[in-house]
Amino acid sequence: MLTKRIIPCLDVKDGRVVKGISFVKLRDAGDPVECARAYEEQGADELVYLDITASHEKRNIMIGIVERTAAEVSMPLTVGGGIRTLEDIKELLHAGADKVSINTAAIEDPEFVKRASERFGSQCIVVAIDAKKREAKWDMADTSNMGETFKYYTPSQAALVPAWDVYTHGGRKNRGIDAVLWAKKVEGLGAGEILLTSMDKDGTKEGYDLDLTFNISQTVSIPVIASGGAGQLEHLYLAFTEGKADAVLAASIFHFGEFTIPQAKRFLKEKGINIRVET
Amino acid sequence: MIAIIDYDMGNLRSVQKGFERAGHRCIVTRNPKDISNATHVVLPGVGAFKDCMDNLKNYGLVEPILNAIKSGKPFLGICLGLQLLFSEGEEFGIHKGLDVIKGRVVRFSPELRTPNSELLKIPHMGWNDIKIEKRPPALTDIADGSYFYFVHSYYVVPKDDGVIATKTNYGVEFVSSIWKGNIFACQFHPEKSQKLGLKILKNFGDIS
Repeated sequence: MLTKRIIPCLDVKDGRVVKGISFVKLRDAGDPVECARAYEEQGADELVYLDITASHEKRNIMIGIVERTAAEVSMPLTVGGGIRTLEDIKELLHAGADKVSINTAAIEDPEFVKRASERFGSQCIVVAIDAKKREAKWDMADTSNMGETFKYYTPSQAALVPAWDVYTHGGRKNRGIDAVLWAKKVEGLGAGEILLTSMDKDGTKEGYDLDLTFNISQTVSIPVIASGGAGQLEHLYLAFTEGKADAVLAASIFHFGEFTIPQAKRFLKEKGINIRVET
Repeated sequence: MIAIIDYDMGNLRSVQKGFERAGHRCIVTRNPKDISNATHVVLPGVGAFKDCMDNLKNYGLVEPILNAIKSGKPFLGICLGLQLLFSEGEEFGIHKGLDVIKGRVVRFSPELRTPNSELLKIPHMGWNDIKIEKRPPALTDIADGSYFYFVHSYYVVPKDDGVIATKTNYGVEFVSSIWKGNIFACQFHPEKSQKLGLKILKNFGDIS
């Protein structure tokens, strides 16, 4: 049967891995390709590069990194961050990425998801959703853009229903879109996978937002990657069992050697999760 | 020299680099002469069935491919390169394939469920294991139950069970690779499947 996936994510800025990794001795811990090779060695199921380069001129550095990565590792690679045009996608796929992850550009122009999936195939279009729990302040809340979810509830009932809004700009900008409906919508537009990050949990090490993950995973019929909040191996386990995630994304718990990928996989396998363990 | 056929469907860099990492020399080409001169031919492919067939036709690659297969040289199909070998595909309407292997290419049913009755996601994306029915040279030293990376929404249904090399379970047991004479073709991506995938590429290149 299909196994659940463990996906390390490397934040890359101006061609360098932010903070590097330290679970193995590398000649250059800030080189994304060296990090990718180390993760392949550990048997990570896929790899994500999130490009957080701010300046536009430096964005093409990523293309070279993807090319080098494709030459040196044989595992699926997703690249996200700042992708806005079909040309951006083409360049990355051509360089050797298997999937690209689209975030803000999808929110600003949902049809972009459709054009991208028609042109390159759904299998390589991941939509990243950054979601934050909605405060239940219904007297003041504007529910007009929340659509179907709320039409069966009075405002006082709605306050009891958990809901999340889609954010951009690192969780600073609320786009006024319900995250569950947005997931459903991008699936219809041809997204092949959803990378779901809880902005409430991201960086906390308290565990994934299981409610959010469950709600989105049960709403769409494309795979969902849970992200944001992993601090313990138990958190990965819960993302699969309670959150019904198809894959988990994690960064710091692996980068700095708190846990290794094989350790995480053995833990999950022993607890009955269907997982690929390197023999 | 291994020829990897380039017909503008997906990135071929991983396939090329995979062979190189496995110690084989290869070229990425759409020149019929390169294909007929090659010792081994690889048909990769990512995208929709019809687009791929259209591109093969537009680049004049159908004949060179059929000739390569007829010549008896080792031929490897990957993902869509497996599906295209079949008689017809049903992605976005019924479309004719290369018809080298009799059978059809069909979509995973949206009704498929796991043993504990959860709906399965489509595409079938990730690492799944193979059950070896018959062992072609390309699968030398690959253990039964090994994991490989899959990304697809359609799978092949050969008319003749005799061509089945491996099966894989995703709510339904489907054919994950076929072997017929000089042809080995797999639904999974050896070039994305780390050590064991590279082993398959090495095995294939080693066939003489």
